[in-house]
Amino acid sequence: MKKELIELRIDGRSHEVAIEPSALLLDVLRQELQLTGSKRGCDDSSCGACTVLIDGVAMMSCTLLAASCEGQVITTIEGVSEHGSLAAIQKAYGDWGGAQCGYCTPGFIMTVKSLLAENPDPSEADVRAALSSNLCRCTGYNQMYEAIRSAIVAERKGLAVAK
Amino acid sequence: MTNDFSIIGKPTAMVDAAEKTTGAGKYTDDLSVPGMLVGKILHSPYPHARIRNVDLRRAEQLNGVVAVVVGKDAPNPYGILPVGHDEHALALDKVRYVGDNVACVVATSEAIAEKALELIDLDYEVLPAYFDPEESMKAETDLIHDNKPNNLEKDYHHVFGDPDKGFADADQVAEARFIANEVTHAAMEPHSTLASFEIDPHTGKPGRLTVWSSTQVPYYLQHKLSLVLEMPMAQIRVVKPLVGGGFGGKSEVIPLEIIAAIAARKAQAPVKITYTREEVFWAHRGRPRTIIDLKTGVKNDGRITAVKARVVQDGGAYCSYGVVTILYSGALLGALYDIPNIQYDGYRVLTNKPACGAMRGHGTVNVRFAFESQLDELALKIRMDPAEIRQRNLLQPPCITVNGLRVQSYGLPECIEKTVERSGWLQRKGKLPKGRGLGIACSHYVSGAANSIIRSDMPHSTVNIKIDRDGGVVVYTGASEIGQGSDTMTAQIAAEALGCSLARVRVIAADTDLTPIDIGSYSSRVTFMAGNATLRAAKEVKKLIAAAAAKKMGCAPEELMFRDDVVRRTNGHVGTDAFVRPAEQSSAASVSGRVEGQILRGSLQQKRKDEGPKDAMTFEEAVVAAIDFHGALTGTGSYAPPQEARGGKHKGAGVGPSPAYSYSAQVAEVSVDEETGEVTVHKVWAAHDCGRALNPVSVEGQIIGSVWMGMGQALTEEMIWKDGMLMNPGLLEYRSPSSVESPEVEPIIVESIDPEGPFGAKECSEGSLAATIPAIANAIYDAVEVRLHESPFTPERVLAALRAKKNAKALNLTEGIDPTRPSKFREHGGALWFKGKGPDRHPLDPSRRETASAGGGAD
Repeated sequence: MKKELIELRIDGRSHEVAIEPSALLLDVLRQELQLTGSKRGCDDSSCGACTVLIDGVAMMSCTLLAASCEGQVITTIEGVSEHGSLAAIQKAYGDWGGAQCGYCTPGFIMTVKSLLAENPDPSEADVRAALSSNLCRCTGYNQMYEAIRSAIVAERKGLAVAK
Repeated sequence: MTNDFSIIGKPTAMVDAAEKTTGAGKYTDDLSVPGMLVGKILHSPYPHARIRNVDLRRAEQLNGVVAVVVGKDAPNPYGILPVGHDEHALALDKVRYVGDNVACVVATSEAIAEKALELIDLDYEVLPAYFDPEESMKAETDLIHDNKPNNLEKDYHHVFGDPDKGFADADQVAEARFIANEVTHAAMEPHSTLASFEIDPHTGKPGRLTVWSSTQVPYYLQHKLSLVLEMPMAQIRVVKPLVGGGFGGKSEVIPLEIIAAIAARKAQAPVKITYTREEVFWAHRGRPRTIIDLKTGVKNDGRITAVKARVVQDGGAYCSYGVVTILYSGALLGALYDIPNIQYDGYRVLTNKPACGAMRGHGTVNVRFAFESQLDELALKIRMDPAEIRQRNLLQPPCITVNGLRVQSYGLPECIEKTVERSGWLQRKGKLPKGRGLGIACSHYVSGAANSIIRSDMPHSTVNIKIDRDGGVVVYTGASEIGQGSDTMTAQIAAEALGCSLARVRVIAADTDLTPIDIGSYSSRVTFMAGNATLRAAKEVKKLIAAAAAKKMGCAPEELMFRDDVVRRTNGHVGTDAFVRPAEQSSAASVSGRVEGQILRGSLQQKRKDEGPKDAMTFEEAVVAAIDFHGALTGTGSYAPPQEARGGKHKGAGVGPSPAYSYSAQVAEVSVDEETGEVTVHKVWAAHDCGRALNPVSVEGQIIGSVWMGMGQALTEEMIWKDGMLMNPGLLEYRSPSSVESPEVEPIIVESIDPEGPFGAKECSEGSLAATIPAIANAIYDAVEVRLHESPFTPERVLAALRAKKNAKALNLTEGIDPTRPSKFREHGGALWFKGKGPDRHPLDPSRRETASAGGGAD
């Protein structure tokens, strides 16, 4: 198949890539751009390990055509850290045991970011419902809830200090 | 107690947490090397067939294809167990399951490789296949392996004590058949391997091989690669990058790991192979479908008099860890309760399905489900509380069980006590509204096997520590981090023993060129064995530092205390180990008149001159003194289980013994919808005796994760087969629970301080799993008074049991459906599937003949 040149805006930077029209966003991220933080756990949107944000909405990049993302703002796990340091949610996932093997973690963090952007004060039921798009095989999810709760508190404190 | 420590016992983020949460950490599939090619594997479409002819010409001619590899490119057999070398990386003459590996295409892109797979021409002669273990055991012809009559991989028959007398003495006896269906690890990271050869500068020919692989045991992979590729082990380097979960599925050599190396050799370029999710299901090595005929006798006072178990495991097409699994199933009947008489008959049977192997709770889980369920039935018969009957059968450690297992630390009584208390068992059991119930069950697991699978006198773990003048501590360990916190545990133990901060310690792990041999991450051995080796290495280095520091301070080495990056005199108080130092000794040190922050490196000499020998040095100063004194600062520690813990003398006695056992007791609260048969788990209280919690946040995570995985097996997870085809090879279809289906788990840590564990620690990652399934089964009985004998407890099975209780006709959801052309999805209901007939069945297939006489596959 003939390749075409497209421009993708990822984590605040523009990348020109030559891809086959059938190329999936996950493959372009991982193979063309070496952004390997997004993971492939299945091949059919079952597991959510490849979740990225497209214009702020959590999407599974394993079943998304890269060409269809031209002109949209793509955020991957590599774009979550703030000023070279861990974002509150990343720190909390480490501290509370939200990540064990870590393979699903980038996907979960993107899902949580999308949830919190939409609903800054989610109930436990909201969190459970949002996280059900992703699978984890290590944690049983319990420690993720604690991590998310603690990240929300930390974010609020941070905002209060900033004001 | 934990106050005596500065590092361990405190919730600690894993040392690799930031790599994982930022996406910076590299797993095998994230790696690439220049010139790397892609490998794709062709799998067998038949469950049992002879390969008549392979024609690779069309595939090889496709533009972009570099090489096509087949069985004869590396014909040496291998297998994880020395007694089970029955696998070939790629099939030589026969395929034994749908998904067996036939050929591998190496190409410049995945798309080209996939296209080439379709161009490989294969001619098969289809053979009769065996899918049900009890059918397979009757086989006389068309054996799966020619050297295994009746398709029997291995059988064991053990008698301990006098079971007949035990049953004669019993007041109540229960007997039933339990079935636990097949489950798999489904770790989030699919298996991946990257293999690359270097050119030898002296011979100019391909020389050393480096393999990066998602493995739990780099050493075993190195060993098997050497066997198949006929290369010396010293020429093979296995590196384990981050591993995205194992649960046993990466604890043995998976075909792609060898195929990648063979392909790299033939293609003369680096090759990476990563499985698709469907291939991961075919690679399998999970928990076998198990048929358990169990008989238990008790006295009216609750004491168990005898247990008799006949266990048949559906092992799949290859031996894998099978011989070990079937032995664990029998051996771990012991060491939880005091059982005076045990009879065990175990059969590991070959069938034409992917091989089963080791999975979290290896061998013990399914039998524990049967045993704990039956114990509840007996409690009901003698009208005793289910928690109490368990308390009546406790061991009196230290002791050696009737089947030769040595038990020392034993936190089970406290586990039962704590779960009963936290769950409100005494107040709430039997008093919940109809449809809601509580159930209790216990379990245990080994902290590593006392005997390694490759018999030798080598230590099970060895750790090297190197400290240089910068004061940085580097720990070299072969232990494999797979998400359980192995590297963090290693760093914690080294830092605690050396009295330095965690940030000072760097762990280099699981790289066969750099790190000493360790037999890897499985059977929950890492904390106990690699932890002990780390502790010994750290103590050795500490001794060297103490000798030099003592000389500088003008005191005896025994007087020094290492803590918080300071080496301090304790004015002659006894005890060389900082970590067992009582609190009053720390305060004795602080009244020595020194303010540690004022001792600066530059002014050190001056201060010494002014004040004579000093009472404290920083860790760095002590290290510099030690290097000046000894020339270098390194230490080695190794661990091998003590002879007393290695078990009895009977055939098969090598499996089951462990230097220490973990214990777990759980209460599950469930509700059952009597209309739909749906079971919901609301909460699980899980107490686990881990000896000592080195990192409580990790211990709790392991307990919750085990309980959760047990719940998956109890309610939803099942590999569904039809004619040797897996019907649900996807993560959604396999139905691993999502956050919505997952209950709250309250982990309760019990610390029994094992006399031989590092700081008293034992395992915490597997033992809790086995109790969850029977705790849920028992809670279902409490809720709706039906006893489920087959897991998972799907709505269909629960509903069938509820209707049977009411003497209603069973709902046959698949009645009248032609199994060869199902018009709606057939939920096989466990044992029924093998009666179906598939389109490609051999005419002489035993199950096909049976279908003809049974008339159309209806049950």
